[in-house]
Amino acid sequence: MKILVGSADFDAGAEIRALARASRGVGAVASFVGLVRDANEGDTVGAMTLEHYPGMTEKSIAEIVGEAQNRWQIADATVIHRVGTLRPGDQIVLVVVASAHRGDAFEACEFIMDYLKTRAPFWKKEATGTGERWVEARASDDAAAARWDEDGQSDRKR
Amino acid sequence: MKVRVLYFASLREKLGRDLEEVELAEGATVAGLLALLRARGGAWAEALAEGRPVRAARNQDMAKPGTPLAAGDEVAFFPPVTGG
Repeated sequence: MKILVGSADFDAGAEIRALARASRGVGAVASFVGLVRDANEGDTVGAMTLEHYPGMTEKSIAEIVGEAQNRWQIADATVIHRVGTLRPGDQIVLVVVASAHRGDAFEACEFIMDYLKTRAPFWKKEATGTGERWVEARASDDAAAARWDEDGQSDRKR
Repeated sequence: MKVRVLYFASLREKLGRDLEEVELAEGATVAGLLALLRARGGAWAEALAEGRPVRAARNQDMAKPGTPLAAGDEVAFFPPVTGG
């Protein structure tokens, strides 16, 4: 498991190749890259600053990846999350999951993103033409994370 | 007993503070600490008012109002997270 939280940008291709080579029996790698949008709630976003809780951030991501390892057959995972000030189009987050088969890789990757958005202590502040504002948590993100706990969705797993 | 209290994001800005030590009675909980902070009035009463979406962590694990605190604990208060 590789977890990085910092201001540096990442090379998704290099991370995918590294993870695929690090484990035996890997037949699938799924990845997700999150970017800074140039608009939010009707306003043009000029910059976004990410604050986090050092220590708890890394710990909570490790717990989320650990939970994914309990639920799916995955060989290994990489999570990189940037902090500091970013511009529209910049990469914010990378999740890479390697497994024997694609089903586990796809689902574990989505699960890690859904949980990361609702459990890892990061906060976004946007700079728009009218000033700065903290991004509000979305109910749709809570719903996305909660569906992994619903009985009706449990047969999606494994 | 003393605990270390941290504030993040919009809460840190509203309270004008990121870190402090708070003296608590033995056996205090997260809810007890919140009530004590709220009793300071002003921005504290407003930002930490009941019903506001304030999250808490104890020693870097998510905590509930009833979570008991111990001397030397690190307690953090923050708004719902918005990473990813």
